[in-house]
Amino acid sequence: MAQVAEDKDIDQYHYSKNLDNAVQYLSFALGKEEYGVDILRVQEIRSWEPVSRIPNVPYYEKGVVNLRGSIVPILDLRERFNLSKAEYTPLTVVVVLQTDDNNKTRIMGVVVDSVSDVISVDKTEIQAAPDFGAKVSNEFINGLVSVNDRMVMLLDVDKLLKLEDLDQDEI
Amino acid sequence: MSIDMSQFHQVFFEECFEGLEAMESGLLTLDMGDIDSEIINTIFRGAHSIKGGSGTFGFTVVAEYTHIMETLLDEMRDGRRQVTQSAVAVLLDSVDCLREMLTAIQNEKAVDNASVVQHKTALEVVLHGEESVPLIKQEWMLEKVKVEAEAEVATDNSIKNEAVDVNNIKNEAVEVEQGWKISFCPYLDLLKTGNDPVRLFRELNELGDLTITVNIQDIPGFYEIDPEECNISWDLKVVGDISEDEIREIFNWVEGDCEMNIEQLTKPVKSPPVIQQIDPAPAIILPNKPVAPPPKVMVDVKKPDIQDIDHDATKTTAKASSIRVDTDKIDTLINMVGEVVITQSMLGLVGENFTMDKVGQLKRGLSQLERHTRDLQQSVMNIRMLPISFVFSRFPRLVYDISSKLDKKIVLKLVGENTEVDKAVVELINDPLVHLIRNSLDHGIEMPIDRIAAGKPETGTIELKAYHRGGHIVIEIIDDGRGLDKEKLLAKAIEKGLIEENNLLTEKQIFELIFMPGFSTAEQLTDISGRGVGMDVVRRNIQSLGGNIEIISELGKGTTIAIHLPLTLAILDGQSVAVGDETYIVPLVSIIESINITERMLNKVAGKGETFRLRNEYLPVIRMRKIFNVGSGDKITSKEGVLVIVEGQGELCCLLVDELLGQQQVVIKSLEANYRRVEGVSGATILGDGSVALILDVPGLVRFSIR
Repeated sequence: MAQVAEDKDIDQYHYSKNLDNAVQYLSFALGKEEYGVDILRVQEIRSWEPVSRIPNVPYYEKGVVNLRGSIVPILDLRERFNLSKAEYTPLTVVVVLQTDDNNKTRIMGVVVDSVSDVISVDKTEIQAAPDFGAKVSNEFINGLVSVNDRMVMLLDVDKLLKLEDLDQDEI
Repeated sequence: MSIDMSQFHQVFFEECFEGLEAMESGLLTLDMGDIDSEIINTIFRGAHSIKGGSGTFGFTVVAEYTHIMETLLDEMRDGRRQVTQSAVAVLLDSVDCLREMLTAIQNEKAVDNASVVQHKTALEVVLHGEESVPLIKQEWMLEKVKVEAEAEVATDNSIKNEAVDVNNIKNEAVEVEQGWKISFCPYLDLLKTGNDPVRLFRELNELGDLTITVNIQDIPGFYEIDPEECNISWDLKVVGDISEDEIREIFNWVEGDCEMNIEQLTKPVKSPPVIQQIDPAPAIILPNKPVAPPPKVMVDVKKPDIQDIDHDATKTTAKASSIRVDTDKIDTLINMVGEVVITQSMLGLVGENFTMDKVGQLKRGLSQLERHTRDLQQSVMNIRMLPISFVFSRFPRLVYDISSKLDKKIVLKLVGENTEVDKAVVELINDPLVHLIRNSLDHGIEMPIDRIAAGKPETGTIELKAYHRGGHIVIEIIDDGRGLDKEKLLAKAIEKGLIEENNLLTEKQIFELIFMPGFSTAEQLTDISGRGVGMDVVRRNIQSLGGNIEIISELGKGTTIAIHLPLTLAILDGQSVAVGDETYIVPLVSIIESINITERMLNKVAGKGETFRLRNEYLPVIRMRKIFNVGSGDKITSKEGVLVIVEGQGELCCLLVDELLGQQQVVIKSLEANYRRVEGVSGATILGDGSVALILDVPGLVRFSIR
């Protein structure tokens, strides 16, 4: 607990030091990797609950849930990033994000292992994601930042949640 | 602080457009031989309220324009003027012009003055003949002041102003000889001294004809109003042979309590520049401005660029969508809510100290609640229901315009205009219907000569019919024109390579061809139709509303196009079915019947497809488990299952599901709002346990399974 408090202090310090350039990110874990999304895009954090499967869509689109009356799709980020599959437990977390698609706000949930922290990042400290070559896709990654010597990959929510077009013929 | 009039603009525009529609339909129903005075009255009322409203809101251009229309209509009403076909045509044009003006003002764009002046001139020519044009200007000006006084007094309820009788001013207005213009701006405490301005005005009115303009822009907000203070000022105009002393005498009592300025009216009265009317004049005394000569009426105006206007119209800004609801419907709704509240508190009471002996009471309460909820749902849905006449009422004009353009004689019959449909349907069905009617007008109905040659009456008939059938509303467009030529359609389809030459098509399939993109049999393109785009769009639009469209046609006799639409887009009666451990909803309206079957009852076709024989008819079978890749749940490969026979787009087919669960009304939720369109699924709904179930799109499923 003490550690957490100390971290917080550091964050606070960080925050006040660079008020102008600070952006806050919500960081979460997928396996051993840590990712961050712009906190202003996070609508809420929920625990995993069973979804209703949608037929004939990509495997990482797990299904839809009822979020207070609206139908919200749930994507599995592990599967999206081709990481090893994890079992869903009651501790599995769904981060509900807002995305802008052609000036239309959509709400989607992403399944992550656990939510870690809120981090304040100085804009100037964000490094561009290196090119990993064709093998590793970095299209969703906005940049890298190191927080307490850990590397956090900052995700571009809009790109991340842009649904792939299915090859459906328009009827 | 002034009253923010803009908050009423939306209502004003809605009323105006309604008025315009009433005028239009009135004008179109006018029968030259036998004039129904009630119809003229309706048209007149429309014009009058637009004039009054626009005067109040400072849209002088509109008010000025309507005034001329009104004068014309007034004469028609009194029988002083013959109602002629040409006058009606001019009036119809002016209705269009007014609509353009209002749309421009609504979108805060500049009014196209050239076209306004042109239409106005046309009206004036009908009214007076060309030489007398300047005269109306004067009459108009005084009339306008009167309207403003009426309107403004009426608007402001906080001032109990007795309406001053100014009606008699109208006729003498033209020969204005002498008079006075008085700016009367009382100090705040005028009322405290026991003076009543209305009394003064009444006395003035005895001297001569009085016209009053009220300046209310100094009235503070509601909370700041001190009822004992007088925040209003008046501009008075009194006409007649009166000396200044007589006027001074009346105002003698209030001399110390107001600012006043009395001026002699210059004669003849000339129309003030228009801008003055738009900005309410400040309450301080206006110096007597030299009055500008009336703007000359241009007779030869160049034709405005119509394309420009059309272009503007398409860029109309998005406006708040609103709906007008019958108060009865609201009352019912409020009643229902009351009932629900009572039931809820009753249930609360039962639940507070619950013992098993209260079970009966609880059950009763719950069933009551269920009933009330259902009623409540129904009355809320009712609010969204609008009569289809909202759409239909535009078509007489369309038919009138196009038929005169094509030199065809066509009567439009409307049947079942009061059929109610969901507002969303009303809004979306308009464009497809316009398209279909244009088609009927252009391709369907023949030229009068051809009709006579074919032994048909010279005048063609198009019938637009709406009625309820089952859970659907059916809209039919029936014409007695030449009908669809099957041979020609086939030939064209083969020529365009849309079908193979030796394909055998049923009659229905041939008619369906016209819905193919790029298909047109028109020999020549007209600006009305014939480009071959459209019918496919029409069908797509109707399908997106969850409806379908079918064609029945007989060569030489006519064509009937029937559109089936769901009554509402928000709620449907559904049959829940189980597929594996998933639940899907099948819209009840598309279910014909359900049959328990075993594997043996299905026939394989070419090892792949399956059919089911239902009363000597082989129907294709869609295995829901297969098409939706349902792998979960018990693995028995549907040895036994339920065949749900559904109709989608006129085709029968069978859905093989595991089990029927139950029927319920479901609220349709959009899947696309946050997600995407999924093939074979029209939407989603939330079940009683909070989970999401998908609603099957039966026609889509049929198409999907074919591929």
